[in-house]
Amino acid sequence: MVHLTAKVFVLGAGGLGAPVALFLAQAGIRHLVIADSDQVELSNLHRQIVHTTSGLGQPKAISARHTLTRLQPGISITAWTERITEQNIHTALSGCDLVVDGSDNFASRHLVNRACLSLGLPLISGAVLGWEGQVATFYHGVNAQAPCYRCLHPEITDSCVATSLPTCASAGVAGPAAGMIGALQAMAAMRVLTGQPMDPTLFLVNLHDQLFLRITIPKDPACPVCGPQP
Amino acid sequence: MRLQLNDMARLLYFSWVREKIGTPAEEIPLPADVVTVTRLLDFLRACTPRHAEALAHPTLRVAVNQTHARADDPVSDQDEIAIFPPVSGG
Repeated sequence: MVHLTAKVFVLGAGGLGAPVALFLAQAGIRHLVIADSDQVELSNLHRQIVHTTSGLGQPKAISARHTLTRLQPGISITAWTERITEQNIHTALSGCDLVVDGSDNFASRHLVNRACLSLGLPLISGAVLGWEGQVATFYHGVNAQAPCYRCLHPEITDSCVATSLPTCASAGVAGPAAGMIGALQAMAAMRVLTGQPMDPTLFLVNLHDQLFLRITIPKDPACPVCGPQP
Repeated sequence: MRLQLNDMARLLYFSWVREKIGTPAEEIPLPADVVTVTRLLDFLRACTPRHAEALAHPTLRVAVNQTHARADDPVSDQDEIAIFPPVSGG
C-alpha cells in the first residue's frame, strides 16, 4: 500500500505537476504541497490538465488546489504561490517526505537538487519538451553513494537557454507527452512511498518514434553538489 | 577478425538533437582515431551541417552502452551511443 500519510512536495503545477498531483491525490495521498508562482493561461490547458477555463488568471497552485479538493474533499493541499528561492526553499519543503520536480527552468532544478541533499529527501525529476521527456529518481539525500541531478547535468544558466536552446514556449509540448512523463513520475513516487527505492537511472522517452532508453547514472566523484566537500 | 559489416557504432539521438539531425537512430562506421566521447562528437560534427548544428551545444549528454559517459570515456564501433540534451520543460 502507498504510504498515505506521506507529504509530497510537487514543484510546478504545469504539464508535469498537473498529472503528478492528480494521480497522487486520487491514489489517496493526503498531503500535497504544490508550488508554482505562475498564473493559469489559456495556452497551458492542453497539457496542464489540473486547470480549467474557470481558473484562467488564477495562481496555478490555487487553481490546482481547487480541482484536487473537488476530487478528494479530505485532501490537505498547501498552495505555495511564491517563487521558490534559496531563501525560502527549506521552509517550503518543511515536513515533506518526497520531492517531485516538474519545474520549467534549470535554476529551480539545481536549487531543489541541493535542497534535497541538505534535507535528506528523495527527488523524482521529470522534464518534457516537444514530443519527448526524461525521468530520473535521485537518492543523494538518503544515500551518500547515490548520484544527484548535478552528477548528470551541468549548471546551465537559463539566460543561456533562452538564447540558444528550445524551451516549452518556443518549441511547444505535446499534452500526452507531459501526461506520460507526469504519470512516470507519479509511479516513481508510489514506488518510493512504498519503500522500494528506484535504481539511479535516467529514462529517455521519445514519443515521436516510440523509442525508449534507460541509462545508468554513475555518481560523479567530482560532483560539486554531492561529491566530497573540499 | 571482426566482420567489417558489424563495425558500425549505433547512434541514438533524443529531443531537439534528434529533430535537428532528422533521425532518431543511425549506424556509422567510426575512424580508428575516434576512441573517446569528445573525439566522437568532433567526428560527428564534421559529418553533415545538420550534425554540426545539432551537436554544437556544449551541454549535450552522452551515454555509452546505456551508461552516462564523460568526455574522456572510451567509445568504439561496437557501442550503442545515445546523445541527449538537458531538458528543463515542465
